[in-house]
Amino acid sequence: MADPANNKNGGAAGGNEAPERPKPAGYFEGETMTRRAAFAVAGQAFGGVAAAGVLLPVVGFAVAPIFDRPEERWEAVGPVDAFSDDTYRQAVITLRDGIGEAGKTTVYIRRGNPSRFEGESADEFIAISTRCAHLGCPVRFVEAAGSFICPCHGGVYDFEGKVLGGPPVRPLDRFQTRVRDGQVEVGPRYSVTNSLKPVRSRDPGEFTGGIWEYLYPPRPSTPPAP
Amino acid sequence: MPNLVPKALRKPGKPGEGNGALSPEKLKEAPVDLVGWVDERTGASPFLTGLLFRKVPKGTNWYYTLGSATLFAFLVQAITGVFLAMFYVPSPVEAYGSITHITNDVFLGEFVRGMHKWGATTMIILIFLHMARTFFFGAYKYPRELNWVIGVVLIILTLVMGLTGYLLPFDQRSYWATIVAMNITATGPILGPYLADFLRAGAEFEATTLSRFYALHMMLVPGLIIALIGAHLYLVVKLGTTAPPWVRAESKPKSLREEKV
Ligand code: HEM
Ligand code: FES
Repeated sequence: MADPANNKNGGAAGGNEAPERPKPAGYFEGETMTRRAAFAVAGQAFGGVAAAGVLLPVVGFAVAPIFDRPEERWEAVGPVDAFSDDTYRQAVITLRDGIGEAGKTTVYIRRGNPSRFEGESADEFIAISTRCAHLGCPVRFVEAAGSFICPCHGGVYDFEGKVLGGPPVRPLDRFQTRVRDGQVEVGPRYSVTNSLKPVRSRDPGEFTGGIWEYLYPPRPSTPPAP
Repeated sequence: MPNLVPKALRKPGKPGEGNGALSPEKLKEAPVDLVGWVDERTGASPFLTGLLFRKVPKGTNWYYTLGSATLFAFLVQAITGVFLAMFYVPSPVEAYGSITHITNDVFLGEFVRGMHKWGATTMIILIFLHMARTFFFGAYKYPRELNWVIGVVLIILTLVMGLTGYLLPFDQRSYWATIVAMNITATGPILGPYLADFLRAGAEFEATTLSRFYALHMMLVPGLIIALIGAHLYLVVKLGTTAPPWVRAESKPKSLREEKV
C-alpha cells in the first residue's frame, strides 16, 4: 500500500537498500491497511453518510411534487339547459384551491353537436380549455369569427379547437365533463391529438400522438386520458 | 502628509529595504494599533498585501474593470434584495399587494425596488460586456480555461436569477411570462415535462410555485453565485490577468528574433 506516511522519513532516494524504517503507530504483523489509511477511509465514509443524510431528504423534498397527483376536482358550471350546441358559454373554474386568481381558469362549454361534428353526441358536453397549446397564454373565443384566438403569438383555433394558424402544435386541451343532478360538471383536463383523440394531459408546446407519446412521457402528476 | 494606510497593509518593501517592522525594543513602546492587533492574531496581512499590491500587466485598461463592475452590480442586488425581503410576501394572494405597498407606501420603497429592478438589467449587460472583454482579449486561453468555465456557470446562474425574480411581482405580465417560460421548459423531449413539473411543484401553477421561485431567487442561486465568484476571484488573483493582445505582440522585439536565427 502506497502510504505517504511511510515515505516521510525514508525517502525514495534509498531505493532497494532503504534502511529499516520505524513502524507507524498501531502497526501489527500482517496488516493490510495502515491505521492512518483506515482512519482516512472511515472519516470520509462518515462524512459521506452525514452529507447524504442531509442532502437526500432535501432533494426528495424538492422533487416529491413531481410524483404527487392532487385529488380530482369536479365543479358545477350551470344547468344542462343553459348550454347550446352552436356556441360556447364561458365559466370560471378553480384548478387549485387557496391561491386566488392564480388557481383559476376560464373554460368554454357547449353541448355536443352530432349534425355538425362526427363522433359527438347530443347529450355530451364539450369543455374547451383556454390554455393555448403553443405556450399557455389564455385564448379567447371570438363569437363573430367562431374561433379561439390567442393574444400572445397569434395562435388561432377553429370552433372545435383544432389549429387554424399560428404556432400552436396541437388542438386546444379539453376537460372531462359529466352531468350530476341536472348540472353540468367539469373535471380533470386532458389533451387531444390532431384528430381529437384523447390522450393524457400535456403541457402546452408538446406535440401529441405518434412518436410524441414516447418523447413526452406520461407524468405521474396528471391523470390518465379518459 | 501622514501615511493613512495601516502599517500591516502597506506595500511590502523591496528586498533589503526592510519591511518597516519595529525592533522588539521599539515594539514595546509602540502605540496600540488595532489593525496590527488583528493582524498579529490572523496573519492576514501577507494575503491582503499580496492581493492589493499584486502585479498587473502593462496595458491594463478600463475594460479590466468590467468584472469588478459586475461584482458591484451583484452586491447592489444582494443588498437591495435583503431589504425588499423585509416587505415582500411570497404568497400568491398577497405578493402583488406587498409589491404595490413597497412601491407606493414604504419610505424610499420605490427607490430601493427600482435599484433592484434596474440593477438586474445592469448586471446582465455588465456580465456580457465582461465576457466579451475576456473573449476578445483571449483571456480564456491556457491556463485560464477553468475561469472561463466558472464564468459560463455564473452567467447561466445570473440568467436564472432574472427568470426566477421576474415572477415575484406577480402582476399579469410576470405571471404569464413565467407560465410561458415553464411551458418552454416542458417542450424538451423526455426530461422536459418532469423539469417543468419540478419548477412548478406540480402539473399546474401550484400553491407553492411562487415560494419555490422565491427560495431559488433569494437563497439557493445567490449562494451558488457567491461561492463561484469566490472561486473566480481566487483564480484571477492566483493566475494574474492577461495582458491585452497588442501588448503581447510588442513584447517580442525584433532583435531577439534576429539573434536566434
Ligand atoms: C457574477 C459574474 C462575474 C463576476 C463578478 C466576475 C468578476 C471578475 C473579475 C473582478 C475579474 C478580474 C479581471 C476583470 O475584471 O476583467 C474577472 C476575470 C475573468 N473573468 Fe469574470 N466575472 C463574472 C463573470 C464572468 C463570465 C460570464 C465570464 C465568461 C464566460 C468570465 C470570465 C473571466 C475570465 C476568463 C477572467 C480572466 C481575465 C484575465 O485573465 O484577464 N467571468 N472576473
Ligand atoms: S401562447 Fe398562444 S400563440 Fe403563443
